[in-house]
Amino acid sequence: MAKLLMKGNEVIAEAAVKAGCRYFFGYPITPQNELVTYMAKRLPEVGGVFLQAESEIAAINMVYGAAGTGARVMTSTSSPGYSLKQEGISYLSGAELPAVICNISRGGPGLGNIQPAQSDYFQATRGGGHGDYYLPVFAPASLQEVADLMGDAFDVADKYRTPVLILADGVLGQMMEPVEFSDKVVEELPKKDWATTGTRGDGGPKIITSLDLDIGGLEAHNSRLKDKFENITKNEIRYEEYEIEDAEYILVAYGSVARIAMSAIKLARKAGIKVGLIRPITLWPYPQEPFIKTRDKVKGYMSVEMSAGQMVEDVRLAVNGHAPVSFYGRNGGVIPTHEEIYEKIVQLSGGVKA
Amino acid sequence: MTMKPVFKKTKGLTEKATHYCPGCTHGIIHRVVAEVLEEMDVLEDTIGVASVGCSVMTYEYFNCDMTQSAHGRAPAVATGIKRVLPDRIVFTYQGDGDLAAIGISEAIHAAARGENITIIFVNNAIYGMTGGQMAPTTLIGQKTITSPEGRESVSQGLPMRVSEMIATLDGAAYIERVSSHDVPHIAKMKKAIKKAFEIQKKGLGFTMIEVLSTCPTNWGIDAIESLEWVKENMIPVYPLKVFKNLEEVK
Repeated sequence: MAKLLMKGNEVIAEAAVKAGCRYFFGYPITPQNELVTYMAKRLPEVGGVFLQAESEIAAINMVYGAAGTGARVMTSTSSPGYSLKQEGISYLSGAELPAVICNISRGGPGLGNIQPAQSDYFQATRGGGHGDYYLPVFAPASLQEVADLMGDAFDVADKYRTPVLILADGVLGQMMEPVEFSDKVVEELPKKDWATTGTRGDGGPKIITSLDLDIGGLEAHNSRLKDKFENITKNEIRYEEYEIEDAEYILVAYGSVARIAMSAIKLARKAGIKVGLIRPITLWPYPQEPFIKTRDKVKGYMSVEMSAGQMVEDVRLAVNGHAPVSFYGRNGGVIPTHEEIYEKIVQLSGGVKA
Repeated sequence: MTMKPVFKKTKGLTEKATHYCPGCTHGIIHRVVAEVLEEMDVLEDTIGVASVGCSVMTYEYFNCDMTQSAHGRAPAVATGIKRVLPDRIVFTYQGDGDLAAIGISEAIHAAARGENITIIFVNNAIYGMTGGQMAPTTLIGQKTITSPEGRESVSQGLPMRVSEMIATLDGAAYIERVSSHDVPHIAKMKKAIKKAFEIQKKGLGFTMIEVLSTCPTNWGIDAIESLEWVKENMIPVYPLKVFKNLEEVK
């Protein structure tokens, strides 16, 4: 397939359609509006349904209803809207319904602003809503990666019967890049014999619920969920390593910031500083392996984020005291430049040797 | 002599014993909804949506596919189901705390969209499951645990007439309020509920049947007095009426 020049929000939408998503329930919020707009035009062309809900709360509950029928369904939003969707996401997880949610995140807390930010990391990676649950979080760094990941996000959702989050900051939502979609077309969805589509021919009522008033029953259910989360952790972790073989220092960054960090690393390498990058692609489950194999060799890690310091906590957990961990971030909608990250690398390494 | 059955339990209900308090009319309303679905022969094509409150466990009682929804969100969940499966019968079963308070937005917008679903809205003027708190539908002067001196309008507002409000929306096809307090009214209730489901089956749009119901436990009176209380106190505030009946559905 030929390369197309597209905007990030539209790439997410088109990749979802190619992955078999035919139902989308959305609500306007900047900076994800192009995604909703694209779906409004595109889904009717492929026999799907686009519906603009009256609120993010309604939208996620429409997703819950549609997911219960076994359809591939998606919603998208930005940070304040993602907060509103937390209740529904907790229900999706509890009732074990597959769905994909996109958060094109912006500055917060509160109404914040409409510039890009990564300050929803805690909310994304710790479940976010009430109760004992996690959801897989994919954090692409380029539009090509978005195009490649959406199908996997729907597959993971179906395979494990779980909501899946695409966490992309406003930079990715708004930027344009050339992308090439895979020729793979999803024709048949996995069989879902649990779906509530009516009982005709299947012998009896099926129930979708997250309620279990029996105390032992809920604990058993939650234990099963825990096993599922452990399986996801075993099978679905993704990350990229960049220049870490001989690295004395390792930056850790995800999403658009990882690309800025790569530019900073190139500058630093030119100046003779041996620095590399670990880029988590799944934020939950968080990659441990690249830290375990490097943490006794390097002199330190630096988490670089568009937040006041959130992922750095997962870096500390992964490094587990074996090496110093520091943090550099801009937040409130400010994007760090590669020059300022380079300056931080120089400071971290004790200065450029003459 | 051969015995001839004169009454049979509807196939629309499961064998599960309900958890409802003695004197509560949820059981009657369940039976009527279930009988209608059975008589229309749509049980196998129906997906019901349970709400939060006393009717939270309806998914164990209706003998069709059921989905449990978050508090107040049943019309949104039903919308999601119906948009994927437009040829199925989709209904929600919600109390007045669930629909009139936390879920009023979802109910209004489902009606405004003309969503082709049926809402069974059970109004007993109180939050039952959580122990008898004031609801938007609580009558002036009615004592609840959060209006211990009786609801008064200055600080606690006035009862909300949901059917009248929803009927103002162009998207609503059929809206009727009925009561469960005696046999003739139960017969009328059944007629209304059947009409609503038939309208949905024909694809003619949004239908809601509000059913006045009892809560002896939280009203603090016995079952017989409760039925009388509906008649004496609720019906004057919540008149039994067809509020919306589109020309096409008549």
